[in-house]
Amino acid sequence: MKPARNRVRLACILMLICISAIVANAYAEEQTEQVIKVTAKKFEYSPNEIRIKKGIPVVLEFTSLDRIHGFTIPDLDGMRATIEPGKVTRVRLVVPKAGTYDFHCDIFCGDGHEGMAGKIIVE
Amino acid sequence: MRINRRDFLKLAGIGGAVFVLGPHNLAGAATKGKSQGDFFFLQLSDTHWGFNDPKINPFATTTLKTAIAAVNSLETQPDFIIFTGDLTHTTDDAKERRKRMGEVRDIINELKVKNIKLMAGEHDAGLDNGEAYQEFFGKTHYTFDHKGVHFIVVDNVSDPTSSIGDPQLQWLSDTLKPLDKDSRIVVLTHRPLFNLYPQWDWWTRDGAKAIDLLTPYKNVTVFYGHIHQEHHHMTGQIPHHAAKGMMLPLPAPGSVPKRVPIAWDPAEPYKGLGYRSIEAKGEKEYSLTEFPIKKG
Repeated sequence: MKPARNRVRLACILMLICISAIVANAYAEEQTEQVIKVTAKKFEYSPNEIRIKKGIPVVLEFTSLDRIHGFTIPDLDGMRATIEPGKVTRVRLVVPKAGTYDFHCDIFCGDGHEGMAGKIIVE
Repeated sequence: MRINRRDFLKLAGIGGAVFVLGPHNLAGAATKGKSQGDFFFLQLSDTHWGFNDPKINPFATTTLKTAIAAVNSLETQPDFIIFTGDLTHTTDDAKERRKRMGEVRDIINELKVKNIKLMAGEHDAGLDNGEAYQEFFGKTHYTFDHKGVHFIVVDNVSDPTSSIGDPQLQWLSDTLKPLDKDSRIVVLTHRPLFNLYPQWDWWTRDGAKAIDLLTPYKNVTVFYGHIHQEHHHMTGQIPHHAAKGMMLPLPAPGSVPKRVPIAWDPAEPYKGLGYRSIEAKGEKEYSLTEFPIKKG
């Protein structure tokens, strides 16, 4: 076998190894993205205090136990979602700055709606 | 921009004369909007009939009646009275909701002044898209004219997402279109149209679109309720005045971690509750006077 051909073969093998490593890494990241389950019901979220790390993506997975509720974080560009009963509502969150971010229900849900709120603490 | 009350009273304004068009007659009304004489009206807000928490208001069943007796005893009666929403306190029970609406309607009927304008708050209309409210009180958005002033009632509560919605925004646009740019316009809403404090849901999701429609008009003033306290704010040249509530006072926006009612103070009964008179004077000025609720 000619040395030049060997070098090409070796380069191809190395390239394949690199691509595999990148794909595997991305897949692993996706698999390890933190998922936080949150339930909503009149007139509370559980948990209502959520701690996450700055810059690290998390997925908030909402389910409603009774009726339609909302979820909004006014200080994060008004990020919002509608949480419908019988469905899982996912909100992906990457917060680049540490701090406390209040969230609340933004769909009027009855007497007590005003108190349906919580906070995300980004560390 | 935040300005103090004194600055506001200099800025405020409307004018008047005495014919009252029924709702939805705005387009045919005097589009020039010239002053037709001074007048005053009252703004009562957030009566929350049905609210029950003695720690917040131990006189919940008599506060509105006390205020109405005080209004009836005014030496000069207003031309009309506007209730800017949350006539009733919300309930999940549709039957109870209608009972409260019937009761509050009967109490309001005790007013000497019979020219009453009502509008919904989210406590009245947010759980059933205004269905019960409309059964008792009619449409949730409408217009009326009074002495050369165009009043526009905007509903930002029947949609529980705190929105006016595109169809009503189109109606607002169509309503404004025939008016001269210097027309006297008063907009009545329940929620603030601007982002007062979205963290407490003190805003209207698409309120900026309404403000954009109103901004080309030089003499627009907004009166609203919802936040249960006096508050004054400018968006461009448009002043926005919030009224006190008549059942439970709320804290200043963002002043405390949670938006919970302020507890009753036996040393100062009815503190934080009240209503206001709005006097339309001259060409451009409003004069606002705040009245406390007091036992006669």
